[in-house]
Amino acid sequence: MTKLQIKEKIVLNKYVIKRIGLAILTIFIISLITFFTMNAIPGGPFDSEKATTPQVKAALEKRYNLDRPITEQYVLYMGNLLHGDWGVSIKTGREIWPTMSQSFGISAQLGGVAILVSLIFGIILGCISALTRNTLPDRLIVFFTTLMTSMPSFVLATLLLYLFCIKLGWIQVWSASSHNYILPIISLALYPMAYITRLTKTSMLDVLGQDYVRTAKAKGVATWKVIFKHTLRNALIPVITYVGPEIAYIITGSLVVENIFTIGGLGQKFVNSITNRDYTMIMATTLFLAIIMVIANLLTDIAYKVIDPRITLD
Amino acid sequence: MSNENKMPKKNILSAQIDLSKFELATEEEKRQQDVMSESTTFFKDGMKRLRKNPLAMVSIVILILLLAVILISPKVVPYSYQDIITIDGVRDKTAKNLAPFQYSKMEQRYMAKGEKVFPHIFGTDEMSRDYFIRVVYGTRVSLTVGMFASVIVLIIGLIYGSISGYAGGRVDLIMMRIVDIIYSLPDLLMIILLSVVLGDVLGDKIQNTIFAKLGANMLSLFIVFGLLYWVSMARLIRGQILSIKSNDYVLASKAIGTKSGRIIRTHILPNCLSVIIISIALQIPSAIFTESYLSFLGLGVQAPMPSLGSLANAARSGLTSYPYKLFFPSMAIVLIVLAFNLLGDGLRDAFDPKLKK
Repeated sequence: MTKLQIKEKIVLNKYVIKRIGLAILTIFIISLITFFTMNAIPGGPFDSEKATTPQVKAALEKRYNLDRPITEQYVLYMGNLLHGDWGVSIKTGREIWPTMSQSFGISAQLGGVAILVSLIFGIILGCISALTRNTLPDRLIVFFTTLMTSMPSFVLATLLLYLFCIKLGWIQVWSASSHNYILPIISLALYPMAYITRLTKTSMLDVLGQDYVRTAKAKGVATWKVIFKHTLRNALIPVITYVGPEIAYIITGSLVVENIFTIGGLGQKFVNSITNRDYTMIMATTLFLAIIMVIANLLTDIAYKVIDPRITLD
Repeated sequence: MSNENKMPKKNILSAQIDLSKFELATEEEKRQQDVMSESTTFFKDGMKRLRKNPLAMVSIVILILLLAVILISPKVVPYSYQDIITIDGVRDKTAKNLAPFQYSKMEQRYMAKGEKVFPHIFGTDEMSRDYFIRVVYGTRVSLTVGMFASVIVLIIGLIYGSISGYAGGRVDLIMMRIVDIIYSLPDLLMIILLSVVLGDVLGDKIQNTIFAKLGANMLSLFIVFGLLYWVSMARLIRGQILSIKSNDYVLASKAIGTKSGRIIRTHILPNCLSVIIISIALQIPSAIFTESYLSFLGLGVQAPMPSLGSLANAARSGLTSYPYKLFFPSMAIVLIVLAFNLLGDGLRDAFDPKLKK
């Protein structure tokens, strides 16, 4: 390794450490916000409709450590979290983690496929748009993406549901017997796809104007090789930066989309816990999803810096 | 040779002009020579470019039309967004779920008597309320939320960003670290969480105050916007100020002893104006998005008051029979967001000097 490489490595390591530090701090702050806002709600979790005697209430509060001072409660909660104990739902009385992990599996599948679909189609459409600039295909793609970025996911999901399930009857409405992921995936993937298309297009156009692309063309390199080897590989670097925010978008989008298509994923559980005012469940889910988002952003940022050495690190 | 112009003839071979061959220009001719165009300001220049952008102009027209509709129609349409349709002082319960331009049995009998009934342009909802006026009020609410949220974001972001950018050094560093942390919070999740809690907490506290009419959810929406969304605006303005700060006219102003506040107000902020306008135009649709999203989850405006998101949510239950109830509020959302997005893009192209051709 040359001296320069070693120096670059040190800078990169420093950046990674700094970024991880910020992520941990963010998660800590999120946990503080969730814990203390949840505790700001008037009325304890055991002031339910069912009449509980003071003794029973006291016993329950002792069981869940609610008789301790709030700061101590927070420390206990965080300690339990680190052991994988997410607490107990105050509405159902069940452990949160089994429900959460199970429903998260469904959501993760759905979201993962949506991300893949949006990336693949977004990049393809972006390339077509950049290569056929200012002609009909490009204009159609631009029109389509502009429309898509102006449509909230719930509007899109309900329209799709109405069109394909009710009006045309092509796809069965989601039920216990028929699981069809097509519509939920489309409604989750279209907005990020439109965004990726735009991103790929601008970045492609930028790279196509670079000197090395002209050199490759002048050398007589085949067109497809210029596009795939010289242009696309470099044009995709900015697209990577969007994967982190996209995961955040998919997670929040799945809250409504899962509800519309009645998929029993984490999004639906979360919204149900909001309507039921199941505070411990809200808290656990918020924290869980927030941690995923922060980690996704962290990985995206680091991947971006590692892949593109031209990015200056401060 | 007579020398009419009293011009001494120096040399026969000189290139000196014989003035007798020329005429004095009249005033009109002088004006023709004046090729200088009218002096233009940055704002005028930008507006000129904006006017050449058809998409942005169509968006402006659409927005103005929408604004006119939502301002005028409550005065024209004789129905209210929260009451059952009444005919002749009698509540018309037969007017449930009417299709657009359909009349209920009671209304038809009333019309047979020769009286006039205002048509239900979008039909009625499941509680016998005129749907058109509800969509109009929903649009009003959504637009107001969008505008107010943007103003809140602007004010906080402007103050924070200009202090941070102007102060520089350690103050800037600390202030930007705070921004970094808030920026990395998952905003929509935090908004949902805070809306749930604030809606519950504020509910009792604001009773019998002016805020009660606004509703706890709406108020918490604004608070949450104020708490979380200003960071990108603050970053933007700080960056802008950092680049303007290094200009010579700011240095000159400092040299003659102008106070910092005045320098920010007279020299720096006017130069940030284009960036501010663009980001407001793009902030409004994002706020409308968020509001409709929260309303859809049931965390938006209070019950009788409609918003586009809550209307779309309510329409889901009768989707098979009354699809138009979903269609109208959805169309309104898409139209507003699309118009603001296109306008914002147009403004950016017109006012961002970096993109100037």
